[in-house]
Amino acid sequence: MVINTDGLTFDFGSQTVVKSLSLQVPEGSIYGFLGPNGAGKTTTIKLLLNLLQTQQGSIHIFGKELKSNRLEILAQIGSLIEQPAIYLHLSGKENLLNRALLLQIGEARVNEVLKIVHLTDAAHKKAGQYSLGMKQRLGIALALLSDPKLLILDEPTNGLDPNGIIEVRELLIKLVSEHKKTVFISSHLLAEIERMATHVGIINHGELLFQGSIHDLEAMSKPAVQIETDNTVDAANYLARNNYTITEVNDTHIFVPYTTKQQMGNINKLLNDMGYNVYSITKQHKDLEKLFLDITQNA
Amino acid sequence: MKGFILSFRSEFYKSRKTAGFWSAVILPLLLCLLIFAGFYSRSDKMVMEPPGMILWAQFSGAILGVMGSLLLPMLIVFIGYSVNSIEHKADTWKTLFSLPISKFAVYTAKYFYALFLVFLCLALFVLFTIGFGNLLGTVKPGLKFHDYNMSGTLSQLYFKLFLSSLGILSIQFLLSLLFRDFLKPMGIGFVATITGVILVVNQWKYDYLFPYSHPMLALSALPQRHNHPAGNNPISVDIFTQEIYVSMIIAAVVFIAGYFIVLKKSVK
Repeated sequence: MVINTDGLTFDFGSQTVVKSLSLQVPEGSIYGFLGPNGAGKTTTIKLLLNLLQTQQGSIHIFGKELKSNRLEILAQIGSLIEQPAIYLHLSGKENLLNRALLLQIGEARVNEVLKIVHLTDAAHKKAGQYSLGMKQRLGIALALLSDPKLLILDEPTNGLDPNGIIEVRELLIKLVSEHKKTVFISSHLLAEIERMATHVGIINHGELLFQGSIHDLEAMSKPAVQIETDNTVDAANYLARNNYTITEVNDTHIFVPYTTKQQMGNINKLLNDMGYNVYSITKQHKDLEKLFLDITQNA
Repeated sequence: MKGFILSFRSEFYKSRKTAGFWSAVILPLLLCLLIFAGFYSRSDKMVMEPPGMILWAQFSGAILGVMGSLLLPMLIVFIGYSVNSIEHKADTWKTLFSLPISKFAVYTAKYFYALFLVFLCLALFVLFTIGFGNLLGTVKPGLKFHDYNMSGTLSQLYFKLFLSSLGILSIQFLLSLLFRDFLKPMGIGFVATITGVILVVNQWKYDYLFPYSHPMLALSALPQRHNHPAGNNPISVDIFTQEIYVSMIIAAVVFIAGYFIVLKKSVK
């Protein structure tokens, strides 16, 4: 395990922000740390970076206790917390050069990361004139600068356009698959990270509600039959009268819990016999977004 | 030690394009230039030609007078603020403290950089005072600046001023580290400076215990030394007077206390 926390608890005054959190982030994973705004994600990340002092529980990173091996551990972590920390009066490149100075890294690496985040052309522009997306990319460049073994990114795609989100996603996948890095990435949008995460932890009100591989999460979602007809409301009522459970009806589709293939055939026949036009009938996995909402709301 | 040097260099790199850094350079230049202009335009009206030593005392005294009582404390308030605000503004405390550099090195480097800026400013004052004095002597041969060499005394004087400012610097540095906005450290610094001046003017018995009085005290102790000839140099500077000791003790205590506050402080 690259990150291993045990019973991590943190209070701000009388409010418990993180409750007995036990995170397990395996090496070489992209760990999606999910939760709605205010769930305790940033607090957890600050604890992982020793920016907040651990009150209860323990944190081990690379198998070592965080507090007693702070500098050694931090040397192998690149991080981006909330909005990127950038000196606005310096250019993008100067921001990187300043960090490179502190980390004793050469200018060649600075140019390299500028290229990775596509900021080479804007390298000499003042960071204060950067767009939100450019600042975010500079923040990612700063995190990548030391070529760290572990990347901790707090909502790194905030403010990025769809192209930017795809680029970041591809970059992270590449880092993990080709360079054996581990990525811990937080987000309040499952859709944003479900296409890259190998592991997922879902947190709400400071509590870890789910933790496991993305396949475990998918397995939790029960499949449904999605039916498209010319009159969804009437068709749904008719199915209900015939003892089918209707989970959802909207203007275009009816959803019924999936049991067997035979069941789908029966529904099709039933509706056709009553004169409803069935345009399509498919088996569908409940999307993870809904599952995520279910998990965080039922808690 | 390596962490300290790296952080110190980074402080310079970050601030070299900010008002905080340039104020330390421009203030001495501007002030010396103004006094120079004043002396230059007045030189014809100076009826008797004073000897070099008196001339130097008048010239540097004019600069020191403005500097010591009000400008120096306010400059320190500003430097203390600017060194810290650079991180407040960019929201970079969190990155500074997640670098593989010890918190002590980061904190110390920042403090010593503020100290360096004050030192730089005062050193430039010495340099510019001597430079402009000699320039005056050259462009107005009537003013016999060349007759006397003030650099030794002036260096000692400004060094004393530097030591006397350490207490204020530590307090202002800590205030600016804790408070994000400019108004709190600025307001406290301003009120304390005025209080300091009032205490000295009224010759309160314990004014030497109040750090904001120190720069003024450091300078006001001088005239008494006039009748105290030391060798052939009539102005001798007694650097280590009691307010200097108090200033250094306060600086050390606040510096150490500040470190423990930083250590305990969670980075928001």
